[in-house]
Amino acid sequence: MAFFLETLLGGLMAGMLYSLVALGFVLIFKASGVFNFAQGAMVLFGALAMARFSEWIPVWTGIDSLWLANLLAFAVAAVVMFVVAWAVEYLVLRHLVNQEGATLLMATLGIAYFLEGLGQTLFGSNIYKIDIGMPKDPVFILDNLFPGGVLINKEDLYAALIAAAMVALLTVFFQKTSTGRALRAVADDHQAAQSIGIPLNRIWVIVWCVAGVVALVAGMIWGSKLGVQFSLATVALRALPVVILGGLTSVPGAIIGGLIIGVGEKLSEVYLGSYVGGGIEIWFAYVLALGFLLIRPQGLFGEKIIDRV
Amino acid sequence: MKIRDLILAVAALAAAASSLIATPVQAQAKEQFFPLLSYRTGPYAPNGIPWANGKQDYLKLINARDGGINGVKLTYEECETGYATDRGVECYERLKGRPGVALFDPQATGITFALTEKVTTDKVPLITLGYGLSIAQDGLAFKWNFPLMGSYWTGADILVQHLGKKEGGLDKLKGKKIALVYHDSPFGKEPIPVLQERAKMHGFELQLIPVTAPGVEQKSAWLQVRQSRPDYVMLWGWGVMNSTALKEAQATGYPRDKMYGVWWAGAEPDVKDVGEGAKGYNALALNTSGTQPKVIQDILKYVHGKSQGSGPKDEVGQVLYTRGVIISMLGVEAVRRAQERFGKGKVMTGEQVRWGLENLALDQKRLDAMGFTGIMQPLSTSCADHMGSTAARVQTWDGSKWSFTSDFIQADEQILKPMVKAGADKYLADKKMTRRTPADCQS
Amino acid sequence: MFYRENGQFKTSYRADQQILPIRQDQVFMAILLVFAFAVVPMLATDYFFRAILIPFLIMSLAALGVNILVGYCGQISLGSGAFMAVGAYGAYNFFVRIPGLPLIPALILGGLCATAFGILFGLPSLRVKGLYLAVATLAAQFFSDWMFLRIKWLTNDSPSGSVSVSELQVLGLPIDSAVSKYWLCLSVLAVIALLAKNLVRSAVGREWMAIRDMDVAAAVIGIRPMYAKLSAFAVSSFIVGVAGGLWAFIYLGAWEPAAFSVDISFRLLFMVIIGGLGSILGGFLGAAFITLLPIALSQALPAIAGLAGFEISTVVVSHSELMIFGALIVWFLIVEPHGLARLWSVTKQKLRLWPFPH
Repeated sequence: MAFFLETLLGGLMAGMLYSLVALGFVLIFKASGVFNFAQGAMVLFGALAMARFSEWIPVWTGIDSLWLANLLAFAVAAVVMFVVAWAVEYLVLRHLVNQEGATLLMATLGIAYFLEGLGQTLFGSNIYKIDIGMPKDPVFILDNLFPGGVLINKEDLYAALIAAAMVALLTVFFQKTSTGRALRAVADDHQAAQSIGIPLNRIWVIVWCVAGVVALVAGMIWGSKLGVQFSLATVALRALPVVILGGLTSVPGAIIGGLIIGVGEKLSEVYLGSYVGGGIEIWFAYVLALGFLLIRPQGLFGEKIIDRV
Repeated sequence: MKIRDLILAVAALAAAASSLIATPVQAQAKEQFFPLLSYRTGPYAPNGIPWANGKQDYLKLINARDGGINGVKLTYEECETGYATDRGVECYERLKGRPGVALFDPQATGITFALTEKVTTDKVPLITLGYGLSIAQDGLAFKWNFPLMGSYWTGADILVQHLGKKEGGLDKLKGKKIALVYHDSPFGKEPIPVLQERAKMHGFELQLIPVTAPGVEQKSAWLQVRQSRPDYVMLWGWGVMNSTALKEAQATGYPRDKMYGVWWAGAEPDVKDVGEGAKGYNALALNTSGTQPKVIQDILKYVHGKSQGSGPKDEVGQVLYTRGVIISMLGVEAVRRAQERFGKGKVMTGEQVRWGLENLALDQKRLDAMGFTGIMQPLSTSCADHMGSTAARVQTWDGSKWSFTSDFIQADEQILKPMVKAGADKYLADKKMTRRTPADCQS
Repeated sequence: MFYRENGQFKTSYRADQQILPIRQDQVFMAILLVFAFAVVPMLATDYFFRAILIPFLIMSLAALGVNILVGYCGQISLGSGAFMAVGAYGAYNFFVRIPGLPLIPALILGGLCATAFGILFGLPSLRVKGLYLAVATLAAQFFSDWMFLRIKWLTNDSPSGSVSVSELQVLGLPIDSAVSKYWLCLSVLAVIALLAKNLVRSAVGREWMAIRDMDVAAAVIGIRPMYAKLSAFAVSSFIVGVAGGLWAFIYLGAWEPAAFSVDISFRLLFMVIIGGLGSILGGFLGAAFITLLPIALSQALPAIAGLAGFEISTVVVSHSELMIFGALIVWFLIVEPHGLARLWSVTKQKLRLWPFPH
């Protein structure tokens, strides 16, 4: 029973980590209708920027305090992500307005390859460390109920809390600020938003900036957990089932979807996997999402696809 | 728009044309060519980069310090494979036709399998030091493959022997539980037959836990480890999987000193960023590391001293860097040996280099003369034995460096020889080939 | 001036419905075929065959299959790598378990295995649409990755999971030299391309295009979505499966499941979109672009750097390859979102009027 709880909690927290990445997808799709396959590359790019700057800033400026160096590195990396967002909008999105979904998808894939190459050129292809002071050792709770206690990964717990805080911040941003309202207007109908005077290009830059910061935070968390290296971009493939299960246009869907996928993955790998030799968690996540899609073809919280004939 | 299209079309044609002309065929080979398949990008780059740098630096050293092999200069060209089989095959096809090509080191098990088929027709030998096809140890079946210094089977066997020694005897392993956390690919699956054989012999329980490549997220694997609480965990990973495994082991509270990695999971990139968290982690060591050996000193002097180094200076002497140096050294010695028979000062063909690889006799004296004292054990190959030596040690990470915690252990030929022969026989039967005759050994 | 239909009268419906109705097109196609079959083997080097032509031909075949599904029927699929894998391993199993089975029947049987797999994983398309379907097809990709690693029977109980084939022959002629491999791939490609072109011009093809354009309207006029979508998946998977069998048997020779990973799926989708959705020619052009570009870059970049006077390392070359590849794809999509095939058809239109501008 204790082990089942451990797996369950581990799954929930892994799910929160996936939702962090999924949030980026949802944000961009919501506001510009583009399925951003480059999100994984953006997570990698942000993480690389943060890791390398947190190495270089103490060397350039002589700052000793780890906390201050990390903060500065985060700020610099955020600026880098803003530049990337602006460049993407200016060079790519502006010219591909009104194209089909498949074309935009391929364009973001092209951006993904470009960012992966650029990131490795600027920052290198070794494994880099992000040290934001996260605890690495596990903590054991419920010692009295279960012998040996139930294992909780403290780092994952903090990551889950950060993810929850991020979602709360984004919700407030979307609901209460005027920029947030403008973003929701653009997500609803581009032309109508343009006709009431919302500057479409500026909105897209803002959305990609926000998604860039979300990718940076996700990259920071994953990088602190696993080390920053090229293969970090593949976590996007792990977060895709979360996006489609929760619905491409729903922020709470990303969280709920993440929790479901995380738990489903871990439970299936640990309990079902041993019967078939293991290694099933990746495709099981996709099959699980597919199962949900068969019941609700637009995801749990997504907008119903309305076809005009 | 039209002008842009025209420019694009012309540029594309020019690029395509350049790819045709850019492979010049020289009439006569003046230099010995070493193609270097490597990966400096992708998930396995952290381990591939020092390996590739070591290979290149040794070749530069031979040119700078010795003027080549008996006067024959060495040239080399790197080709990026990214650990992908199809790119490896493309690199091979591009470079195999170069004049003076000596041998190939694919640096990847998947590429090795693909090239094993092709080298028999193209007549270029394959060095697969400590990886690749384990049954290729049988030289009578695999004329062109050279798994020098060890294979996955010898590595698995040595690990089991070491664990037995730790317990006070192989029979004390009875009833123990050993988990194998492996990279889900041919590389990770190769040791399983040997481990299963040993499990049957000594009565320990073997638990197989695969990690999907590239091994970025391993929480469920380590939750399973926590559930079954094995006495030992063998780590059979490569690239990012290794450091992630150590981090997850720390996060689930599995004692790192009960973890034993293969020699591809025991290098600085795997443990450096885990630092103190990997303290106590053990791994097999095919070779020493460090900057004391004379050959490493020579590289620092003649190559890095002249700013000709392939990588950063602090990488020189690391575990995988030294392994790359050894691979190049074995290639160079094979060419040297071939020159003794086929003509000193001449460029050797692939077949002649193959003979050289098959007749290596690197005793301690020769190793000392080359500056390899203490790096590796003496090695001698023969027609039937393409491995040369099967010794390895166990090293432990103390948080900042590796240090040896065991003597040299030899793989148990009694167990492995029949398995190798059976595997080789099956391979030959499938391919409808026959074993080499003794006469063929002389060629 | 040269590309006019003046004087070419069709006197029967059959003549009017030919694939290449214009005489100049027929001549051009005949010259192209003669060039491909007879002239290229005389001119090309061994390297050119093995590393450039053969991958190009096999990838064109796969892109053809994917174009049928994505371009003609509008179902975005990211699982093409899985279909190639099933075709390859299916052909392998038949080849190895039935002693003496010739190569072509083995490839066809592998293709049929891929068809069954494709229909199974195409079932969600009946309920799920658009981008959701694209991500759902990734389930097929990852399942196939796992299946060939874990189920030992499928890899003939090989201990490492890696399999290999040798001693290939067609009708008694051994397929071991580069030229024979080239001819085999070219023949298979030519036959399947002809069949596919006729298929998309037929009623089935029109059904697919109707589903792509507006599936609700198609259902209203009596086209059954289930048959149309599943037949698209079936035909596409068959072609992609045969291509996978060729890729494994002819190009790689020995392979493991990682040879058909999600990277190949993305590459095939690139080929189809850059080449042009909904066009048979588009598959060829896209495959040429995507297959040749990395090789051309890895040769051209050091050459250009050499001209400029400095040496660049392979790391910089591979990273630049990635960046240039990504940038070129984006540039292409901006310049011509309908792909290279549209450029070609625009060129043909201009040729009809040449030398007059309009």
